Parts: sequence; C-alpha cells; structure tokens
Amino acid sequence: MDDLYQVSDLRLSLADMTAKPLFGTAPRLEILKGLSFTIPKGEVVGIVGGSGSGKSTLGRAMVRLLEPSGGSIRFAGTDITHLDETALRPLRRRFQMIFQDPMSSLNPRHTVNRLIGAPLALHGFDGIAARVDRALDHVGLPRSFKARFPHELSGGQRQRVGIARAIAMEPEFILADEIVSGLDVSSQAQVLNLLEQLVRDLGLTLAFISHDLSVIRRLCARTIVLHHGEIVENRPTADLFAAPAAAYTRDLLEAIPLPDPGQVWD
Amino acid sequence: MSFLSVENLSLRIRGDGARLLRSVTLAVRPGEVMGLVGESGAGKSMIGKAILGILPRAVELSGGRIVLEGQDLGTLPAAERRRVIGAKAALIPQDPLTALNPSRRIGPQITDRLVDILGWDRARAEARAADLLAEVQIPQPARVMRSYPHELSGGMRQRVLIASAFAAEPKLIVADEPTTALDVTVQKQILRLIRQMQERHGTALLFVTHDLGVVSKVCQNLTVLYAGAVVERATVGAFFAGPAHPYSRALLAATPKYTDPTGSLTPVPEAVVAAVRAEVVAMDEAEDG
Amino acid sequence: MAVEGIDGRGRVRRRAGMRLWLSGLWLALVALVALLAPWIAPKDPLMQDLFLGRMPPFWTPGAEPGFWLGTDSLGRDVLSRIIHGARVAMTVALVAGTITALIGATLGLMAGFLRGWVDLVISRMIDIWMAFPPVLFSILLIAVLGPGLTSIIIAIVVIDWTRFARVVRAEAMAQGAMDYVASARVAGRGRIGTMLVEIGPNVLPTIAVLLTLEMGIAVIVEAILSFVNLSISTDDPTWGGMIAEGRASVHQAWWVLVFPLVTLFLTVLAFSQLGEGLKDRFDPVLR
Repeated sequence: MDDLYQVSDLRLSLADMTAKPLFGTAPRLEILKGLSFTIPKGEVVGIVGGSGSGKSTLGRAMVRLLEPSGGSIRFAGTDITHLDETALRPLRRRFQMIFQDPMSSLNPRHTVNRLIGAPLALHGFDGIAARVDRALDHVGLPRSFKARFPHELSGGQRQRVGIARAIAMEPEFILADEIVSGLDVSSQAQVLNLLEQLVRDLGLTLAFISHDLSVIRRLCARTIVLHHGEIVENRPTADLFAAPAAAYTRDLLEAIPLPDPGQVWD
Repeated sequence: MSFLSVENLSLRIRGDGARLLRSVTLAVRPGEVMGLVGESGAGKSMIGKAILGILPRAVELSGGRIVLEGQDLGTLPAAERRRVIGAKAALIPQDPLTALNPSRRIGPQITDRLVDILGWDRARAEARAADLLAEVQIPQPARVMRSYPHELSGGMRQRVLIASAFAAEPKLIVADEPTTALDVTVQKQILRLIRQMQERHGTALLFVTHDLGVVSKVCQNLTVLYAGAVVERATVGAFFAGPAHPYSRALLAATPKYTDPTGSLTPVPEAVVAAVRAEVVAMDEAEDG
Repeated sequence: MAVEGIDGRGRVRRRAGMRLWLSGLWLALVALVALLAPWIAPKDPLMQDLFLGRMPPFWTPGAEPGFWLGTDSLGRDVLSRIIHGARVAMTVALVAGTITALIGATLGLMAGFLRGWVDLVISRMIDIWMAFPPVLFSILLIAVLGPGLTSIIIAIVVIDWTRFARVVRAEAMAQGAMDYVASARVAGRGRIGTMLVEIGPNVLPTIAVLLTLEMGIAVIVEAILSFVNLSISTDDPTWGGMIAEGRASVHQAWWVLVFPLVTLFLTVLAFSQLGEGLKDRFDPVLR
C-alpha cells in the first residue's frame, strides 16, 4: 500500500449565501461532485483548473481545513474525512500547506523566527532554534532574516518563509495552493526550482494547485484537471501535454499565450 | 507623428524623494498598440496613471512632460486638463470587481461620461451604451444595463469596462493589466475583444502587463522597464526574435512556455540584475550631478 | 521586490509627528498635575472666602495676587480647582477606559473569532444594549447606585462596552478570514490559542485607538454627569461641576466657566488626536 492519499467519491457542498431566501436556510452549493484519485508516496501531482473549478476547495479538504460532506479521504491509511480537531492534531504535522498569498498567510505581527518556530513548539520538537536555521538554509534565506517581519520581505522571500515553515515540520505531504501566482516570473522560476529540489532532497509528496498549465508542466509528474468540481482528466503530465483528451484541457492549453508572436491563437 | 508623447517623465515619492520613474520617454502613434512590460515595481502602471492624471497623492511629477495631441498636459489648468484627458483618453482597469460601483446599475456607469464630459442627452447616451454592450458581445444589452455589477461574472464585468472605455471614442486607451484577474480561457476572449475594438475604432492602446506572452499576442511594439527606467524599446517581431538587452533576454527566458518539453525555467541571473541595477544607479548619479 | 532599494515602493510612510507629540505632551502634563495636585495647587480648592469672591485672572485690573486664574463666587481659587479636578477626570479616563476596553474587546474578540453560539449570544446582547438611550440609562444607573466616582465608572463601563465589542468583533472576523489563521490550524494550534496568539496582536492597534477615544468620552461623560449634579459630592472639584457653577455667573465672572471648559476641551481633543496618531503609527506595519 504505497498510496499516501486515497480520495474516493469526495463531495463537498457549502451553503450558498447569495441565494439564501429572506426566511429559511440557504441552498447547498455542490463544489466537489464526487472526486476519486490516489496520490502515491513521493509523487508530485498537479491539480489544475479555472476559477470555480473547486481546486482550492479540494486542497483545503485534503488538509482538513474543510470537512467533506460525503465520500472519504484516507491519509497514510487513516480515514481523516470526519476527524475532529483533537484527533487531527497529531496528524497535522504530517500534512502541511503552503498558501497562495504569503502576505495574508504570514501573521504580520510575528517575526520569521516565530512564524517557523511556533508550529514546531506546538508539536514538541526539540532544538527548535537549530531547526529554524536549517529550514532557512534549505530555502536559501539568510539566517539573519529570523528577526524580520513579513512586511520587511519581498514577495518571493515571503513565499520562501512559507515553504520553510512547511518543511520545518518534516511532513510527508505538502499542499501548495497557487503559491507562485502572485510572483514575478523571475521569482516564480526561483520558487519552482527550489520546490523541485526540496521534493527530491526530502522525499516529499507534493500536490501543486495552479491555474497555470505551464507551471504544472515544469514541476508535476501527473496532472489532475478539474472542471466544475469534477475530474476531467488524470494522467501523466507528459501524455496530457502531448495529447490532451478532454475538450476542456485542450481549451485550457490553447488559451495560454506563449511568448511567441508566431503562435496561432484563435 | 506621435499622438501621445511622454518626454523624460520622472516621478518621485512626495517628501521622501525616492524615484518611481526615471526619465521615461515614449511615443505612441495613432492606432498603435504599445506594450509596457516589467516586473512589479518597475513603474509600468505609474506611466499610465501619470498620463491619465490619476497619480496617487503621495507621488509627484518631478520632471518631464506629457503631450497629448500637441497639448502639454502640464501647462493646462487642472479643470481644463481633466476635460482634455476625459475627452481623449480612457482606462481599462485591472480589477473588474472594484472598478464598478457595486450600488449603481451598469447603464448609468457607462453613460455618465458621455453626459458629463461630452454633454450628450441621456437618451442618446443610453442608445450608444446599448450599442457598445452589443459590440463587446454582451447578450441582452438592455437587460445588462439595468443589472448591478454583482449579477455579472468577472468576464462580463470586464466587457462592460471595455465598452465603457470606448464609449466616448477616446483616441488613447490605457489598459492596466486588464486580464490578470481572469481565467486563462476568459483572458483569451477578452484580449481578442480588446484588439478587435481597438482596430475597429482606430484607438491607440497603451497595454500595461507583466506577461510577455500577452504582449506577443496583443502589441505591435513594446517598452521594457526596470526600476522605473526604460531598458529596451523594440517591435514585437524583433523582440521575440532576440531581445537586445541582457535583462530583457533573461526576463524572456524566465517566462514559462508549456511547449518546451523540459519545462525548464531560468530565473533572471543575479549578474544580470546587478548589471541593470548598476545602469540605473549610474543614471541617477548622472542626473544628480 | 526585484528592485529592492532603488525603487520607491514601501517607503510611503505617514509620519506620526506633531499630532502624537502634542497630544501626548498635553495628556502627560494633565496626568502629572493630577498626580501631584495636593503639592502643586497654590491654594486649597475647597477654601471659601467670600471677601475674595469673583476675583478676575491675574492680567486684568483688580486681580488678587496668588489667584492666577481668579476665584469663583465663593472665593475659591479656579486654578487649584482645575488642578484637583484633573484627578477625577484622569481617574475616570484611565479606570473606566481600561475596564471598558478589557470587557468589550474580550467579548468582541470571542464573538468575532469563535462565531457560532458565542457570537449569537454576545451579538444579541450588544443589540439589546444599544437600544437603551445612553443618557437616560446612565442617569438611571447613578440613581440606583448613588452618586460617586465608582458609580460613574460603573455607568461608563456598563454603557460603553458595546462600542469595543462591535468594532473588535468586526475586526476579528476580518482577521479570522486571513490565511494566517488557516495556517495556524494546519500547524495544529487550537482555537483559543489561535485567538490569543494569532488574532490578538492584530486587533491590538484597533483596541488602542478605541481606548484613547473611550478615555476622551469618559472625561466628557463625567463632566456631563457633574454638570447635572449626578457625579461626585458637590464639594469635590470636578471640571463639569465647575462649568455648571460658572454658567450661572458667566456675565459677572466669565473665567469661572471658560478655564475649566478650555481644559476639558483640550484634554478630550488630545485623547482623540492621540488615537489618530497611534493609528498612523500602527498602519504601515499592517498594509
């Protein structure tokens, strides 16, 4: 049994407050409509889709920031679908998340040292100072940055702190939710290269959520394409790019503007 | 014959003196589509804001001039300047969510300009707005004019903003990252629409973006900026065949290209960053004497 | 920030400057005077001398040496009474302000972050509370509790905690939607821990600003209650009481009214300006 994640018939619906009648309860909006897939240990899988595809919701369900309304999620053999916060706590160290917007996901009033160190303390790690140093080394930030606050860092540096915070926990799995979409191309390339190297060096399993197929191709061995809460394609990335099977995948690919005036684009 | 010319434009932070734009010169011919490209902080949006007279209060014009159809905007009194800009130029903003007033219907938000600046009567302005909405391929324009922004999708809102920008038949439109907030499939539709409208109306377009892919689809010429200074000016054909400046070359190499099977991405090398920074610092020193 | 250092971004900083300094200086002065009142007041504030009634301030003809700001109709020294009045004003500002802030902010933080039934209970309480007319409410409270400093403080706390609760609740809700809260959950931090460690420091600036405003309000409320004679016993000098007494004789002795009024005005203004100044100070860190 080498699958780190087993997701089967995963469903998630939220109350649609915009359609709530004046009296009575809001109707349920189905965001995830029965997703099934597995992520083998050590694999880098890309999850791609447009806005409203449910990709971020799927990610948040996988790290149990959201509770699914149906189906099941098994992590390393444990069913985590409906575990409560107390039961989840010991597991939380093992699946970490890196967020899209590092400005809002790093508490503006905590130093880098505290941002990386506090979660370690919560989980009873020893030698925290050394671990924080090592995490910063891993992501290529100088140790002197420990005293800095998030607003004293550039966008790329903030995202590195987000990565450092995740890997310091020595997790088995990391979920990266659109982590390069707010960055300039150069920082984007740096962060992607860094992530690739860390996955290799630390033997991580990674799910990389993005709207950008170019970025997915750079990093992921396999790609899951989501559309309106359903999986339309789940294949090795190379195959998917060579011959996209679903019409939606083709649309997605063809819509990407390549930096090449010769590209046929209509 | 330039229709818009920006000459040695310099912007600084008021009080602090920090430079935002460093002696930027660029010219746009009637009907030309010029791309302004750079990383965040390169000052590309500031150029558009300076032209439209919507600079943030904390920013001051510390040198240079902006000439729109032979009129030096800096020499005009404020009210007159607003009228000239309002009649000749328009903006397609980045975020369709915040660019429309959420508590007003779509119709008046388009017709206001026509009534206030061009002095049209309401009926004529409304007819014009309906035509424009049809032109940007919005189904049921009459109904959309009566709706509120939250009833429309992001792509629809951006179409409304495009219609609104073209409403007064401006000769120049500044498009400030108009598709950054949109899905890639919607982006494609919107970019094609902007090009179509621009060609049909013969409008000059200043297209601000960080995405070289988008530039290659939309623009004829481009200006690359770094730290508020112009690094390279080129035609799109020449640029994508091989940029002249090392920084532009590095920026192009860092842009993802899904057709490349290795998918490899090269960040802008530190040596290149150091070199272009040195150029900019040398410029500053020359200016300071 | 590929061009850190040579571009101007992130350097737009509003200066806290004059506003913070001037208001801080004035408040420090008032606090110091209040603290040292028995030693620095030139006269006994309660000492009456009917022969020295309605003496004008020192620069006017007919002034009595030693009575710098003149005397009231009972011959009491206006300056000494203002100095002693500062004690009541400052005590009310600090004690009532702090307690109000503590209670209101705690409830607001719980309602805004924990949501659910906690929010339901607290929000309903706020709604009901705010439906009471505050002036009548306070007069009623004093009538029940009897006049005195403690009663005033209780009245202010009981009436004004909703001001903190509402604002802090909204702020905590906004902060609760930020991803740093989600990331604390991913890290396995509990709800209460997240509320105190993550949200707490981020609503502190809001609380600080509200607190300074509240202190100004407390000074005013005390003055109003003194003015309508519901505050301290009439003997103890308070600014509001002095204004009430001065009003009666404003045509014969304007100084009895004007000096305490100006002091009150400046103090309340200083509190609100301190709040504005602090907000400017705190802001660039957040945005």
